[in-house]
Amino acid sequence: MHVVVCVKQVPDTTNVRINPKTNTLMREGVESIVNPFDEYALEQALELKDRFGAKVSVVSMGPPQATAVLREALARGADDAHLVSSRAFGGADTLATSYTIALAIKKVCGGDAPDLVLFGKQAIDGDTAQVGPGVSEFLDVPLVTYVKSLEVRAGRGGAPTGWSVVSVMDDGEHVVEGKFPAVMTVLKEAAPPRFAPLAGAIEAAHAEIDVLDEKALEADPGKIGLGGSPTKVVTIFPPPVKGGGEKIDARGGAARGARAIVEFLSRKGLVK
Amino acid sequence: MADAPIYIDPKLCKGCGKCVKGCGFGALRMIDAPGANKPGKLAEVDPSACRACSACVKACPFGAISEVKREVRGTEGLDEYKDIWVFAEQTGGKVAEVAYELLSKGLELKAQRGGGARLCAVLLGHGLSDEAKASLVAAGADVVYVVDDPALADYEANVYVDAVSQLIMKRRPEVVLAGATAVGRAFFARVAVKVRTGLTADCTMLKVEQTENKDTGVMQMLLHQTRPAFGGNIMATIMTPNHRPQMATVRPKVFKKAPPDPSRCGETVLEALKLAAARTRLVKVERDPGSVDIAAHDILVAGGRGLKKAENFKLLFRLAELLGGEVACSRACVDAGWCPVMRQVGQTGKTVAPKLYLCFGISGAIQHLEGIRGADTIVAVNSDPNAPIFGVADFGVVGDLFEILPALVAELER
Repeated sequence: MHVVVCVKQVPDTTNVRINPKTNTLMREGVESIVNPFDEYALEQALELKDRFGAKVSVVSMGPPQATAVLREALARGADDAHLVSSRAFGGADTLATSYTIALAIKKVCGGDAPDLVLFGKQAIDGDTAQVGPGVSEFLDVPLVTYVKSLEVRAGRGGAPTGWSVVSVMDDGEHVVEGKFPAVMTVLKEAAPPRFAPLAGAIEAAHAEIDVLDEKALEADPGKIGLGGSPTKVVTIFPPPVKGGGEKIDARGGAARGARAIVEFLSRKGLVK
Repeated sequence: MADAPIYIDPKLCKGCGKCVKGCGFGALRMIDAPGANKPGKLAEVDPSACRACSACVKACPFGAISEVKREVRGTEGLDEYKDIWVFAEQTGGKVAEVAYELLSKGLELKAQRGGGARLCAVLLGHGLSDEAKASLVAAGADVVYVVDDPALADYEANVYVDAVSQLIMKRRPEVVLAGATAVGRAFFARVAVKVRTGLTADCTMLKVEQTENKDTGVMQMLLHQTRPAFGGNIMATIMTPNHRPQMATVRPKVFKKAPPDPSRCGETVLEALKLAAARTRLVKVERDPGSVDIAAHDILVAGGRGLKKAENFKLLFRLAELLGGEVACSRACVDAGWCPVMRQVGQTGKTVAPKLYLCFGISGAIQHLEGIRGADTIVAVNSDPNAPIFGVADFGVVGDLFEILPALVAELER
């Protein structure tokens, strides 16, 4: 069984701020982290390794610094790591990114789709949740999203034969079954990430990371990077500010504060 | 640097730094390079960060920066794409509210687009009722494309993708919108890839406007898709100039649903498609009887980190009961295990648009404010007079919520 986990290095968006003078993003001092949702995907894959001896490959697309997230994955127990990186991939939108990652997955798996490809449900910097489904289309493999739990059925001899998942949708929890290969996007509930053992961390620090560029992937130059991206960012601007209304100070005067709220609500017709 | 989307002419760059300040993506910096007009002051672009927004081209007073023109490979026959489509998600035959919200916005887009574009709804399912179809016409659809097939009885990503992709390739709409629900997000991303076009997720503003295509110089009607990026810290307007359809998702409650007009006329077109086989099997759907959809309530009473522990939510429930509303919370409360995620408001929770959002101990992180932008009236109680929530609250009370909340309950119980 071969499982490929796709991980992304993202800025810790809770710390991204706008420079109020220039209306631009202030990136200085913003830490890069592993996209938190991808950690659950990795853990899910490592559990399959524990149980079925699955081979776990990790793929990340990003600048050279993104090797950090791959080393972290190796330290936790992934078998091999591949960085999809080239200036030619810069500015890729979700279509170009899906194409590029799908090529990388096929390359890592000798031309075929692996048994299972796992993604976190979305990346916290873009929040689009589009690349997992996009890759499933390029690989032409069934897709299941928002997976809360994954069970793999084993046949005689212990080899995995199919899967059953709980997928959290708006109308309830869907119990879905299927066969391999498959692409899944997983939720936080799927598996709490393990810590990397110290020995693993030391080994990972020296491990070789395979770097895949457009030549290695034999990518169509018209389908990668900015040129291969149908969507274009035209402008950016700060979020609109509504501006506050009336404000009262009710410190030490709770009853007064409560009455003021009720008066305001009745003025608005929100209480009788 | 041939692969950067912009070109900086070192002979013209004076090192003034205006482009660095003007770049919203931090993609430009000043470097030391041979041939620079000023030592240490030649602009350099990081191609992996540059989004080709051309803000620097406008910012440069010396005309030193230009966009690198590329050969455009887009959809063939752009002019054949015309109509505006809304995917009408349904569960158990009931159309999701977000479909009506999108049709209301679709009416505006159709008026902006002009040129005979029609507003169309796409309804997939099995045994679909006439009421469901009529409700889409009443909401503004000129045409309802219906695919009624046993394979579409339940949501299955792969069959849904096939059905919608086939319709798009056959009918060639110019714009296709879907709700950013669990269903809409998952399969729509795959549809966009299948038809090889762009998709912008979670748009908060949409308009159609005559716009110059920067690649070809041609004026064309383009969908301006605006969405929050970087956790809501910045808004980005995105376009899909050379590919069709232009696709976007919108979260529920972002746009307001206009009242239905039963006198509207529209036609229903039954589409018999040969669908791909399902590749996964839905065994069952488990619905939690205790599940709550906070987005469906007109009054929300919300608690944040300031509530300090789970049992303090009891008073919020009492207050919600008195006001006829439901209880919501911020992300901090979910992370702390005080509240289930179904009650969470914000970027990673739900977008809500209640008539009243009454919140206690919520400071108002940008991700939270993003989720309540559609609220009619916001009332906030917080002990910190400088909390950002007061910047958006219609009525703010600075004080101790542990005193004000019981007093408010007592006041309303009288």
